[in-house]
Amino acid sequence: MRWNHRSVYAFMGAFILAFGLSGLAGCATETTEEAPVSQEESVADITSSLDAFAGLEGDLDIAGGTAHIPVMEALAADIMSANDAIAITVAGGGSGVGVQQIGEGLVEIGNSGRELKDDEIAKYPGLELHAWAIDGVTAIVHPDNPVQELTADQVKAIFAGEITDWSEVGGNSGAINVYAREEGSGTGETFIEKGLGNGDVSERAVIVTSNGAMKTSVAADAAAIGFMSIGGVDDSVAAVSYDNVEPTNENALNGSYVVTRKLYSVTQGTPEGLTAVFLEYLMGENGVTYIEDAGYIPTYAR
Amino acid sequence: MYVVLGTAAAIAVAAVLGMFAFLAYFALPLFTADGFARMIDWTWRPADGSFGILPMVVGSLGLSALAMAVAFPVAVAVCAFAFGIGPRQPARIVMTIVNLMTGIPTIVYAFAAAIILPPLLRAGFEGGTGFSLLGAALVLAVLVLPTIVLVIDSNWQGLMAATRHTTAALGMNPTQHVLGVMIPASRAGLLAAFVLGFGRALGDTMVALMLSGNVPLVPESPIDSVRALTAHISLVMSLEVGGPGYQSAFAAGFILLLTTSAISIAVRNMGRRGSSGA
Repeated sequence: MRWNHRSVYAFMGAFILAFGLSGLAGCATETTEEAPVSQEESVADITSSLDAFAGLEGDLDIAGGTAHIPVMEALAADIMSANDAIAITVAGGGSGVGVQQIGEGLVEIGNSGRELKDDEIAKYPGLELHAWAIDGVTAIVHPDNPVQELTADQVKAIFAGEITDWSEVGGNSGAINVYAREEGSGTGETFIEKGLGNGDVSERAVIVTSNGAMKTSVAADAAAIGFMSIGGVDDSVAAVSYDNVEPTNENALNGSYVVTRKLYSVTQGTPEGLTAVFLEYLMGENGVTYIEDAGYIPTYAR
Repeated sequence: MYVVLGTAAAIAVAAVLGMFAFLAYFALPLFTADGFARMIDWTWRPADGSFGILPMVVGSLGLSALAMAVAFPVAVAVCAFAFGIGPRQPARIVMTIVNLMTGIPTIVYAFAAAIILPPLLRAGFEGGTGFSLLGAALVLAVLVLPTIVLVIDSNWQGLMAATRHTTAALGMNPTQHVLGVMIPASRAGLLAAFVLGFGRALGDTMVALMLSGNVPLVPESPIDSVRALTAHISLVMSLEVGGPGYQSAFAAGFILLLTTSAISIAVRNMGRRGSSGA
């Protein structure tokens, strides 16, 4: 039983280390992020600095869309290191969970990567949507896959399971492994509605439950095709051109790339107190930086 | 002292009863006209109004059975090794490692395996994505192995003390003692270990969610993707509250509860008969 004590010490050590590091990280963000705020006096109307949080206290729980998480976490780290009377938690779960939790009043902000559905509006009247970014959803393949552009019809047929071999779309012969998202995913619903024209997704598709898991799975599978938020795409996967349009933020913004959606934060009625200040901060100068860092296009900066 | 213990016991009992009441309350609407019947079906295709969860029942049972088929013999072998067949020092090391394994959270296994295992399975077997019945079952086997070993271990400690001198006096060597006396005499303990291991495999969510591929179809081979009931619950939580998809989570939970209860009762009866007959 000696190992028991040792593992307890190991856990304690890990906790102390983790807290120490998060403390250090907090300090670092604080000092680097405050400088640009003071320089940007000219856009004071959309700038909300950390000063707005002075004197506020309490909990702010956020849950829902996984595409929102990087932005939410950056904001939360900023705010909590400036004011330790505020505790912000950021959880995922997907857009459906976000709408559900804000509707039931379990969180202060529910994130959604899609608009509310009719039944959600009926069930939870009085929810207010705050759009803060535009994000595209793109089909992705392994970077070594020679097929890096597809027509809308080909994409549709591949996800429906009608085209099952890469050689049918000009690639090396071999089965196509289709990856998709769980029902209720905002990324998934955007891709199915706008990328597949509400077409079917094959029952044989492997289901993963976050944008991150999708990227990891496709990056490890040379025969894979999946889809994810453009903002999260990096070198480990290749974004597929769709009807000869490259899936980039520029093309999403100028309207030539059509598989896009808005990222929303949802509140119960008009936000008040800490929630209101948080949303102002999200849409302020620092928020814009974080949104762009995460690979999205801020909606109100245009 | 009695007050403290009594309160603790009362809280534990209340928690268990409360959980049953909660599940019953939420599962109750399922027993209305078309509630449960539409879930007892082989097709899960919410877009077309099909909400059958029978493929997930097969998926869960298949995963657990395959995991136990691997883990149980290994666990018995590990115990046999540690209780005399193996040399003392390596035996102690093996048991220490198994003890350490019990403390590893399931998400750690699932996360590591989700990155490593599917590409290996893809390379090793023709066809499929690697997110498969086989892959998830292998990781589940690793997950439940320490549970099984620890239950057998605690059962054998007492048995060992009670029989060692007798068998030594009869001239048995340690191997004969373990194979000839310990294993046959501990049928009930082995069954208990099996039930706990099976229950753990059946109830695990993260390994199934991250490794099985979550395809709602009945598998035709071990390298096909499957969806477990536990993973299904987690996958439909974001669907419209009160809708048939969401309710299928409670049906899945109910079936899981029934299955584990049934297995545990059945094996317990078998065990009682086994030990009284022996």
